[in-house]
Amino acid sequence: MTLTSLTKAIAGGVALSAIAAGAAFADPAVIYDGGGKFDKSFNEAAYNGAEMYKKETGGTYGEFEITNDAQREQALRQFASRGYSPIVTPGYNFVTALQAVAPEFPDLHFVILDAVVDLPNVRSVLFKEQEGSYLVGMLAAMKSESGTIGVIPAFNLDLLEAFACGYKQGAHAARPDIKVLETYIGSGFDAFNDPAKATEVAKSQLDQGADVLYQVAGGAGAGVLQAAADAGKWGIGVDSNQNYLHPGNVLTSMTKRVDVATYNAFMDEKNGKWTAGVLNLGLAEDGVGAAFDDNNKALITPEMTAAVDKARADIVAGTLKVHDFREDKACPV
Amino acid sequence: MSVRVPLPRWVDVALLPVLNVVLAFLIGGLIVLSVGQNPLDAVGYMIYGAFGYGSGFGYTLYYTTDFIFAGLAVSLAFHAGMFNIGPEGQAYVAGLGVIIVALLFNGLHWALMFPLMIIAGGLFGAFWAFIPGYLQAKRGSHIVITTILFNFIAISLMGYVITKILKPAGVDSDESAPIQAISRVPQLREFLALFKNSPVNLTFLLAIVALFFVYWLVWRTKFGYAMRTLGRNPTAARYAGISSSRMIMTTMALSGALAAMVAVNNVGGVQGRLILNFVAGAGFVGVAVAFMGKAHPVGVALASLLFGALYQGGQELAFSMPGITREMIVTIQALVILFTGAMGDMLRIPLEKLFARWQRPAGGG
Repeated sequence: MTLTSLTKAIAGGVALSAIAAGAAFADPAVIYDGGGKFDKSFNEAAYNGAEMYKKETGGTYGEFEITNDAQREQALRQFASRGYSPIVTPGYNFVTALQAVAPEFPDLHFVILDAVVDLPNVRSVLFKEQEGSYLVGMLAAMKSESGTIGVIPAFNLDLLEAFACGYKQGAHAARPDIKVLETYIGSGFDAFNDPAKATEVAKSQLDQGADVLYQVAGGAGAGVLQAAADAGKWGIGVDSNQNYLHPGNVLTSMTKRVDVATYNAFMDEKNGKWTAGVLNLGLAEDGVGAAFDDNNKALITPEMTAAVDKARADIVAGTLKVHDFREDKACPV
Repeated sequence: MSVRVPLPRWVDVALLPVLNVVLAFLIGGLIVLSVGQNPLDAVGYMIYGAFGYGSGFGYTLYYTTDFIFAGLAVSLAFHAGMFNIGPEGQAYVAGLGVIIVALLFNGLHWALMFPLMIIAGGLFGAFWAFIPGYLQAKRGSHIVITTILFNFIAISLMGYVITKILKPAGVDSDESAPIQAISRVPQLREFLALFKNSPVNLTFLLAIVALFFVYWLVWRTKFGYAMRTLGRNPTAARYAGISSSRMIMTTMALSGALAAMVAVNNVGGVQGRLILNFVAGAGFVGVAVAFMGKAHPVGVALASLLFGALYQGGQELAFSMPGITREMIVTIQALVILFTGAMGDMLRIPLEKLFARWQRPAGGG
């Protein structure tokens, strides 16, 4: 008891200032997963979306990087009890925590990316990764000189298979005789944080003759892009636009607009246009895509651009359907 | 020249550790200052987060629970002259034992489930520590090397088991099926509203029991005496008729069983399911805790509370002062480990000189 009253006395001032600081009503917030805010990938994309919002509106937002599983619920509750809304959580690892916390705060809004939480105050944002991967698959097949390309998912996970399967479909559509290698980096979630192992896997694919490597491995993917660049071949980035990492050696990036999803959630709340439920973002919604910028301009021929533009138009129009691995756990090619 | 005079006991066990922590915080404060933040505010947030409100204090005790078990595991082995760096892996593998009984008897009342989890988790953890113990006793493989390696084997093994075997269909995240609410170790908040929303659970009381158990075992039993004899002087132990190989294997198994209780806390009490990497470094903190606590239960308890407060206070700090990143908090925690562990005796000689002079006032020399 004496301990708590002592610390109360010490902390009294701090507590007051904490409450005062949190009083800015209905600021949005984003919680980053273990990979960290600057993973050059998924979490960083969420950060970029939040920064976009900040720049455009001049508003502020709360943010927190978790270090262990117990902090998921803790951080959600900390933001919620201080009135932050919406609270964006990137990744399916937040499902359990969100299911526990969201019902306690029915007046606040929550967003989960890459997973579905079916609650009246939660927006679940899914991406049609297969559609964006289809486009980069076409580019890879057209760029390849050896006739062999590769895809490197972090590990055997349905979500990552959806990327790989879309990539294979696109590659085969552009060049029916293409050979696509697929190698996992590891066997579990920690593979996302293992760039050294990713480099080894990439080197092994390069040794087998692959000259375009598509990394689907979050933070570990940097190792794949590095290995491809070192060998003078090409890598393909994922989630964020990673073309700038090795200009001239990153063919393109399959962008998953986590930034747009985060930005939209923040803006919708601000403009009173918030909706709950599932959003499925594909090429038509600009939720996914292939990145073109100054860094890869020299690598892309007009034929490649034309082919990709046509495929994109067909997919958006619905005349070309890209199979989603997650529907039947199988890939047609 | 002057003979080294041993420090008074209270300086050794109390003043020296406190000075080390203060020194660590001073340097941590300089780091905070260097990024343009106010170190006093930072300390305030840490203390407030760790002790200032019920839920925060609950989180502190939750971390403390893990650190006590891991710290006791390292301490126990240390008394027998062994350096067990493997509580991380032992706790991880113990999670498998816990989840197996929990899913097998899912729905059983917690009063029956809790002991089952302790036994099953304990057996798995003991087994994982027994192997390095066996290799040391019978094959002479050094325990430090084998326990470190067994951490890596545990990570790969558990990664495989969780993602390929335990993960139910239709679940994206890497985790087992959930344990029903009635079978989970009850949260202390169900009895004390003070701890609202915090994950501290009955396992905390088990940790307190474990502290007394280890004291009793090491200083009040024949087994403990044999263990300490082996630790202090293996040759004397052999002359006294103590079988060192049996002692090594038994002690390591007990050490692993203590580390295993980290799994009961997390799998059975907090997450209610087995998730990837649930130990999250608690096993390694246990090494620091054991050293800071001088392998004594009282010291382990205090050091665990300190590290629990650092973890939870660090979370509060990162949340409330966005200018201070997660990595800087790890740096501050690392400084505490550095000053209390690796450089724990840095101030010893200056202090000894100071006290020697103080006890024999000037003039003598």
